[in-house]
Amino acid sequence: MDPNPNPKKPKAIKSCPFPDEVLERVLSLIDSHHDRSSVSLVCKNWYNAERWTRRHVFIGNCYSVSPQIVAARFPRIRSVTLKGKPRFSDFNLVPEDWGADVQSWLTVFSTVYPFLEELRLKRMVVTDQSLEFLALNFCGFKALSLLSCDGFSTDGLKAIATHCKNLRELDIQENGIDDLGGHWLSCFPESLTSLEILNFASLNSEVSFDALEKLVSRCKSLRVLKVNRNISLDQLQKLLLRCPQLTELGTGSFMQELISGPVTELKNMFSNCKNLVTLSGLWDATPLYLPVVYPACDSLTFLNLSYATLRSIELANLLSHCKNLRRLWLIDTVGDKGLEAVGSCCPLLEELRVFPADPFDQEIFLGVTESGFMSVSRGCPKLRYVLYFCRQMTNAAVATIARNCPDFTHFRLCIMNPGQPDYLTKEPMDEAFGAIVKTCTKLQRLAISGLLTDRTFEYIGKYAKNLETLSVAFAGSSDLGMEYVLKGCPKLRKLEIRDCPFGNAALLSGLTKYESMRSLWMSACNVTMDACRVLAKERPRLNVEVMRDEDGSDDSQAHKVYVYRTVVGPRKDAPPFVLTL
Amino acid sequence: MDLINFEATELRLGLPGSTDEQPEIKSITSVVSTNKRSSSEMGSSISDENDSSRSSPPTKAQVVGWPPVRSYRRNILQGKKSDQSETGSGIYVKVSMDGAPYLRKVDLKMYKGYEELMKGLQGMFKCIIGLYSEMEGYKSEYAPTYEDKDGDWMLVGDVPWDMFLTSCRRLRIMKSCDVIES
Repeated sequence: MDPNPNPKKPKAIKSCPFPDEVLERVLSLIDSHHDRSSVSLVCKNWYNAERWTRRHVFIGNCYSVSPQIVAARFPRIRSVTLKGKPRFSDFNLVPEDWGADVQSWLTVFSTVYPFLEELRLKRMVVTDQSLEFLALNFCGFKALSLLSCDGFSTDGLKAIATHCKNLRELDIQENGIDDLGGHWLSCFPESLTSLEILNFASLNSEVSFDALEKLVSRCKSLRVLKVNRNISLDQLQKLLLRCPQLTELGTGSFMQELISGPVTELKNMFSNCKNLVTLSGLWDATPLYLPVVYPACDSLTFLNLSYATLRSIELANLLSHCKNLRRLWLIDTVGDKGLEAVGSCCPLLEELRVFPADPFDQEIFLGVTESGFMSVSRGCPKLRYVLYFCRQMTNAAVATIARNCPDFTHFRLCIMNPGQPDYLTKEPMDEAFGAIVKTCTKLQRLAISGLLTDRTFEYIGKYAKNLETLSVAFAGSSDLGMEYVLKGCPKLRKLEIRDCPFGNAALLSGLTKYESMRSLWMSACNVTMDACRVLAKERPRLNVEVMRDEDGSDDSQAHKVYVYRTVVGPRKDAPPFVLTL
Repeated sequence: MDLINFEATELRLGLPGSTDEQPEIKSITSVVSTNKRSSSEMGSSISDENDSSRSSPPTKAQVVGWPPVRSYRRNILQGKKSDQSETGSGIYVKVSMDGAPYLRKVDLKMYKGYEELMKGLQGMFKCIIGLYSEMEGYKSEYAPTYEDKDGDWMLVGDVPWDMFLTSCRRLRIMKSCDVIES
């Protein structure tokens, strides 16, 4: 193709200079799907070599492609990651029966990938029948991970436990699961010894401790164990005796009226766990038993306290032992004082998430404020990921935080009262996010909140050149806001907007952009059906889905719009309330 | 709400009657324990079902899906709150007596120990339970039993009172002749 070939190059070599086997061998070492995408674009040979060597496929939107197309392109897949519903479905903004059922994928996979080993699903609908189908049709199945999925019950887990003879991983997290009891755990046969990862922390029903203890004893390679709240301290002690090799532990309840042995014995269990890097659970932890984990704290890199309502003092005492933490999740009961302790104890911290104990009730507990956030930023200059729920914030504080932590890649600030200004100056929070995008040039993900005018979006469009994901709620003054972002952010992939005054002009300003993005969500904005129809007509490679409101009033307004690129046209399983234009 | 009034006793520079705003407010509210809630405030609006696809509308929030907290976490927090309100304002358990036409409810927190509880039950059901002995249980017509967290029926009195409070789910006054000797 090149009209001026390099004169030193030998003539007429259009094909690859080394054999396919070598190319395939080299390419099989590449794991990142981004890199593989790049590889596949080099030339036909590389495209083919890449598709034959790909073992894992990542599908960010299950409706962007069909299982048949995936199967045709990648013949040797062993592992699939599949994401379904728009993210706002986590917050009840998407009605049930919207779609994203995994069965149609499993049906195709059972013929094309009978040796499929891993399935990781996020925001998909998974029925018990599908889980049984999975368990029965993929004889070498090894790893199942379900996050934020719904549609199944513990009966489905029974099928997995019973039939997957080589199961290595069962990771059940935060799903809309119908918990019918803990009997599923007893379905693992005596012959199953391959388990390495078991996470049932989010299930409520009690499992048979006897069955669990035996399972843990015979699975010598177990490295991740996250139990649910029903497992007591006594029981935890017995488990730890069996699996001191754990790298990740999620405890059960950390409160027990009287434990059967001395506390020192429990503490010894923790000091025996020399490989522990992640600790979570700690439900109901109090100063009474929390110190038993201290011996394990020095090697911890991830501490998830988001289900332990600790106070500042308890946290401070705990963190004084955790100087190697990289990731910390907390509940805001720790208060600003607790966050001061974070700043002083954890200089290597890269990720902080602070969840609200009382998201809806403002009067009871203030939680954390700008002061706590600033303390952390002063002590933890390596912070790159923050999720922070608070009730008050100032522009000055965020500017300080940005200066202290210029390496932010993920900045998600949720000021819980919609449209709340800087509580000291009463100004909009525009300058806060302006400071973030100006200073943190590596920013990939941003969630904004508080009182915001179009100026915020002007800043984002001007400075956030690496931004990929933006979440907006109750913000902006006019169409210009959304337009700034669509015009200014070249790497934007996901844009989700709710309750903003963006209308048709804003929607249509992104006409040429949406195909380069994964998806756009707009709900409770000012978009009409007509504008959606225009978008759909102009861009046939986009699916423009409008969700009708239940009361059916005002049919000209488009209350919930979900736009995504796809190579397979309108989906065939859309429910009656979803209109694809 | 029980708030220790720090402000009144605080030493500060400044004329009497002048107030200082935010920092004090922060420190005071951080004293407020989530246990100390008036139960009427949370009462009926908190759903304790575990169905995370639909959580019932919370009291204060007017807005669906805001703040953006996942259903699972929201349900856990609401569940936690109702646990705490239990310990904050009383532990109510059902009490049944063999032969009685209907059940009663008692607040275990009203009693300082087993003796008081027995007195209360005897008064309520007009029966005689008598005294507890470690070896022989209750030497009377009736034996008080309770269902613990594991679902087992236990004889009242064997464990320390505080432990009993945390593990008792319901009470049943059985006829002694029905109590199986272990």
